Amino acid sequence: MTARIHQRRGAAAAAPLPARPEADKHQPDEHRPDGNRPGEREDRDGIRPRVSGDDATDPGAAPPPSRPRRRIGLARPLGVGVVTLWLSVIVLLPLAALTVASFGEGVSGFWAAVTAPTALASLWVTVLVSAIVAVVNAVLGTLVAWVLVRDEFPGKRVVNALIDLPFALPTIVASIVLLSLYGPNSPIGVELNATRWGLVVALLFVTLPFVVRSVQPVLIEADREVEEAAASLGASNWTTFRRIVLPTLAPAILGGTGLAFARAIGEYGSVVLIGGNIPRETQVASQYIQQQIEIDRPLNAAAVSVALLAIAFLTLLVLRVLSSRTQRREERDA
Amino acid sequence: MITVTDARKNYGSFAALDDVSLDIPSGSLTALLGPSGSGKSTLLRSIAGLEGLDSGTVTIEGRDVTNEPPQRRGIGFVFQHYAAFKHMTVRDNVAFGLTIRKRPKAETDKKVDELLEIVGLDGFRNRYPAQLSGGQRQRMALARALAVDPQVLLLDEPFGALDAKVRTDLRQWLRRLHDEVHVTTVLVTHDQEEALDVADRIAVLNKGRIEQVGDPVTLYERPANDFVMGFLGSVAHFGDQLVRPHDIVLERDRATALALDAKVAGSPGVVEAVVERVVPLGFEVRVDLRADSGARFAAQITRRDAADLQLREGETVHARAVGRSSVVEVDPALAI
Ligand SMILES: Nc1ncnc2c1ncn2[C@@H]1O[C@H](COP(=O)(O)OP(=O)(O)O)[C@@H](O)[C@H]1O
Ligand SMILES: [Mg+2]
Repeated sequence: MTARIHQRRGAAAAAPLPARPEADKHQPDEHRPDGNRPGEREDRDGIRPRVSGDDATDPGAAPPPSRPRRRIGLARPLGVGVVTLWLSVIVLLPLAALTVASFGEGVSGFWAAVTAPTALASLWVTVLVSAIVAVVNAVLGTLVAWVLVRDEFPGKRVVNALIDLPFALPTIVASIVLLSLYGPNSPIGVELNATRWGLVVALLFVTLPFVVRSVQPVLIEADREVEEAAASLGASNWTTFRRIVLPTLAPAILGGTGLAFARAIGEYGSVVLIGGNIPRETQVASQYIQQQIEIDRPLNAAAVSVALLAIAFLTLLVLRVLSSRTQRREERDA
Repeated sequence: MITVTDARKNYGSFAALDDVSLDIPSGSLTALLGPSGSGKSTLLRSIAGLEGLDSGTVTIEGRDVTNEPPQRRGIGFVFQHYAAFKHMTVRDNVAFGLTIRKRPKAETDKKVDELLEIVGLDGFRNRYPAQLSGGQRQRMALARALAVDPQVLLLDEPFGALDAKVRTDLRQWLRRLHDEVHVTTVLVTHDQEEALDVADRIAVLNKGRIEQVGDPVTLYERPANDFVMGFLGSVAHFGDQLVRPHDIVLERDRATALALDAKVAGSPGVVEAVVERVVPLGFEVRVDLRADSGARFAAQITRRDAADLQLREGETVHARAVGRSSVVEVDPALAI
């Protein structure tokens, strides 16, 4: 026993620098295409010769290709076939039919329909209001999720269950609820009836769950030790949140925000009463479409619908790219 | 020097720390050793400020930090599961403590390069943690903790998630690193071999209390009680005492056994036993024995001794114990 310890001390004294651990030396990480060159990284007397310096051997220089992973799945052709058919029937065909209809009078007809002042104004109001709603959701939805996951307070379960209520409620009911609170003769003295703020409030009401519900599970799964590590390194709570927690939540926040935005631009029921449907003021695209159908202008309706579709599609696309960029680094080869 | 005085931590009515007092000398590598649930992590996290004490105090280098948050304790902490910042490169992980202190970039880079060199990750600056092996991640975490020049380095089962080979290599490397850097280090482990291998002082914990503190040799050879003896190595119930299996000598001849045993002061005497099994374990051979009292125990003898004795199952031998320093009184409640 004693001898062993002395021996260890002796060896330690002889080593001017702590030597690289043996096992890792022989653990040629799969990422290095060239593996370890024997001899080059030989560890004698604890002095590590430097890997002679061309960049090709620098492991940092060549990110490893991610290994193909085995996946479990249905027999491929069958699975892919079913998915394609289903998506076609449910999503692609109706959308294609709509798009074709909107070009019924050619590209110029389509363009004229979309750029008609009331049409353009309704699209602008929709996007503006939805953007405000999305940003507010991103911030407050994250906060709500945070409080629901990290804080203990009486009634937490009730609050948690309440989050989904606006989603489950028929939107016209939501509209009436909001109208009775913010409408004419508002009991709290806030009349938002027929204003853009009225639209914002109505849309915030129905989009509440999106960010909350996408951030919540990520926060629950989040590794608290990472935050403790940041604290031990001297980071304040705010710094830890901004530099450590937020980047982890970013994909979920982006995803939830995107869904909220997409829902907001298409929303009809909840804004129909409180919005007031004033053209160029509070008329949103969905109301404009409804109005055009009523006055028998199906082409105008179809054209604005396609414009909405394009906006929604673009939003989801941008968010996908953004969130996959943040996620890729972490999951690469993990 | 880290001084913990009368530390108490309750979870409900359960005492995770039961009035623990412990001094950890500056520059030492101290292991907190104990079975799972004995309160090692709670003690370490209390030193770090990650856990608040119900009562008691913690001082680090003479400064009372009992009410300081972890940010102001001058510590470095390494977690079992690395706690890597996954969205940052190795470089940014290690630089984190310096970056948030707004140190000049050149200074930070120099320090990071130095540390990556020490932990053998100098070629890995631009990788993400997901692209490192477990051992590499833990060395990155170590470099990150050392970057802020902590007064004490606290490691909570740092090698627990690694496979056996990497684990033994990494702990010896940690030992050499400590001899180089000399930062006061506290290592939590449930693995007695790991504690004996790397630490120059060991505190044995059990049920929220400290059983014994000492250097590895003292603990192994002069355990304060049965628990410490049993936790630091295998034991055999021999007569009315506990002994190390390798301190049991077997003789064919009773007279010889008695004569030799008489020379060992305070020995537990000679026990007649029947060989139940002979198990070769490489260099050593384990002999499972049953005393005439019915008690079972095992002796560990060298291969050569086993060959000389030519033991067969069912034969009778005479066992005596040497190395009296490892003999402690059996708690009557534990005796078979
Ligand atoms: N947050 C907690 N809540 C309740 N009990 C806890 C908590 N943390 C630890 N404990 C209990 O305290 C005891 C000591 O835990 P710990 O210090 O983690 O032990 P060790 O690290 O030695 O395995 C265990 O019995 C554990 O169940
Ligand atoms: Mg523990």
